[in-house]
Amino acid sequence: MMHDIPLAWMLALSATVFVIGVVGVLVRRNALVIFMSIELMLNAGNLAFVAFSRALGSLDGQVFVFFVMTVAAAEVAVGLAIIVNVFRLKETIYVDEINLLKG
Amino acid sequence: MLALIPALPLAAVAVNLILGDRLGRRGTAFLACGAVFASFVLAALSVIHLASLPPGARTMVADVYTWMRVGDFKVDVAFLLDPLSSVMVLVVTGVGFLIHLYSVGYMAHDASFRRFFLYLNLFMFAMLTLVLAKNFLVMFVGWEGVGLCSYLLIGFWMDRPSAARAGMKAFVVNRIGDFGFLLGMLTLFAWTGSLDYERVFAAAPIVFHPGTLAITFATLALLLGATGKSAQIPLYTWLPDAMEGPTPVSALIHAATMVTAGVYMVARCHILFTMAPFSLETVAVIGAATALFAATIGVAQNDIKRVLAYSTVSQLGYMFFACGVGAFGAGIFHLMTHAFFKALLFLGAGSVIHALSGEQDMRKMGGLASRLPWTHGVMLVACVAIAGIPPFAGFFSKDEILSAAFASGHYGVWVAGLLGAVLTAFYMFRLYFLTFRGSSRLTHEAEHHLHESPAVMVAPLVVLAALSVVGGFVGLPFQEGGRRLTTLEGGAALERWLAPVFGEGGAAGASHAVPHLSFTTEWALIAVSVAAAAFGIAMASRAYAKAAGEPIAEKAPRLYGLLEHKYWIDELYDTIAVRPIRALGDVLWRFWDEKIVDGTVNGVAYVVEWASAVLRVFQTGFVGTYALFLTLGVAALIAHYLVR
Repeated sequence: MMHDIPLAWMLALSATVFVIGVVGVLVRRNALVIFMSIELMLNAGNLAFVAFSRALGSLDGQVFVFFVMTVAAAEVAVGLAIIVNVFRLKETIYVDEINLLKG
Repeated sequence: MLALIPALPLAAVAVNLILGDRLGRRGTAFLACGAVFASFVLAALSVIHLASLPPGARTMVADVYTWMRVGDFKVDVAFLLDPLSSVMVLVVTGVGFLIHLYSVGYMAHDASFRRFFLYLNLFMFAMLTLVLAKNFLVMFVGWEGVGLCSYLLIGFWMDRPSAARAGMKAFVVNRIGDFGFLLGMLTLFAWTGSLDYERVFAAAPIVFHPGTLAITFATLALLLGATGKSAQIPLYTWLPDAMEGPTPVSALIHAATMVTAGVYMVARCHILFTMAPFSLETVAVIGAATALFAATIGVAQNDIKRVLAYSTVSQLGYMFFACGVGAFGAGIFHLMTHAFFKALLFLGAGSVIHALSGEQDMRKMGGLASRLPWTHGVMLVACVAIAGIPPFAGFFSKDEILSAAFASGHYGVWVAGLLGAVLTAFYMFRLYFLTFRGSSRLTHEAEHHLHESPAVMVAPLVVLAALSVVGGFVGLPFQEGGRRLTTLEGGAALERWLAPVFGEGGAAGASHAVPHLSFTTEWALIAVSVAAAAFGIAMASRAYAKAAGEPIAEKAPRLYGLLEHKYWIDELYDTIAVRPIRALGDVLWRFWDEKIVDGTVNGVAYVVEWASAVLRVFQTGFVGTYALFLTLGVAALIAHYLVR
């Protein structure tokens, strides 16, 4: 079995996925893609939880993962609704064409 | 009832303001004159009631309400009628009513008729508050009020720059005096803990030792206030310029009533002044100096109202030195007779000016005696009265002042007063001869419009003329209870009336120290002062009765120039006071205010503006940029914790 995959490797994978997510958020223009990148970051977090849960022999981490996934689902619902409305308003979902936050 | 005396003119002001032009000219005139007349009637009734009381208990008090109460300190809005204020209140309302009546005719063609009576009634309110006040603070309210009204009325024709300037000058010069009054008042409060006349005067002999620095300082400060209001050296310069106002105003405010407020105040505080011999000496010296000094200037003025203005300054000087030699009663007596004949002179001059369509230069008058018979008659009476020829009013009061000065041993003051009397007779008859006698020097235009004034103006003149004739008789010695009359002093009706205020003994303070003069000396003094007046009149008659030019100017041009330019005192003040203060103001304005104060405020604004310009760069409105900064921030935090 994969008993002896070290914790460090799993954390490294988690970190890699997280950074991919961060870079995705920063460089992509499409709001949907940015959204997916955020999901990547969340799931990188989940991966780290699971890894620690296994390494420490505790179920607490796995419980947290459920919470994170719930929150992520709710966030998607709200986020997508925003995106749909922005699209109706501006006819674009490219974030560099949306600068409503400037006072 | 007492409170109604000042309240009625104030009510008239309110009605005038509320109804405005709906009143119409007749309504305005009736309202204004009616209110003052009602005040006069009330004042007369009050004084009659006062006279019915025994001499020792002749005070009436009206507490209106408590103005403020701080611990033990309490100030009431309260009025006091005692023999001293009764004289003032009768003069103010009586002469004031006559002048109101006269103004109806004089201002008939003025566009701001209503505003004029508004100010005039407001003045009456303030003046009556001043004389009827029961404590220093209420007096100060009236004091400031009359100052304000004086300013408003001098600058009544504010479209004339000279009038606006004169108003401002009067206001600023009076402020210096008011500062003195305030300082004196606060000093008294600091020592006695009260502002009520009765309590201050009762406490003064206990808390002050006679002649100490504190009481001298307090009285000198009060004196400064009095010199401002009553146009004495060194603060007299505003009064001649105040002649820019309408002539009834000059008569009411700048001759008969307001300018006597200083004398009244000194007389009111006679207890304090007699405790400070140095201050009393100063009052006498200032008064005598002003009496003589202003009289010399009056000799060389050509504007009919300016002659009268300097004459007023000079006569106020007499009142001051009367107080200064301790003869407060004589000062008040002269105040009263002066109010009659000087109001008459001003109103007569106003009548002349009115007849000549606004001409005030005596060099363009002459020969008016037959053309303006009524005005001529009353002016002659007034000139004789002020010159001091018996039995006219001015003789009695002036003689009483001069003999008080002589009796108290102030021979220098007496000589100055006597010289002043000669000059008074001289310039008054110079005015008379230049205006009414000689050949006509009228311009063709003025000649054409020449007319005697309407009855509403002549009637007050006649009443005032009558008062100028008989007004002095209240100073006549009278026999009481069959007592044989051995001296001309001490028995006069007015002084007996004032005795409860100024202390028993008739001639007030003077009698404390000085024995009464002998019968012979009295008569000798009277002869001297009448001779002085007669000499002045004779000189004026010789010089001006037929002259076309200006004899003094021909004989002594340099002296005349000096007098005509009023000793260059205005210029002197301009150099030593006005300009340095303006320069200081300029520095404070251009450097301190504009650079330091404004600089600080603007500097703060500049810093905020610069900082926001920098920060604005970071606010792009793009989510990506914000996310980038967020990430960089988190990365920096992580780096920080890792490195640490």
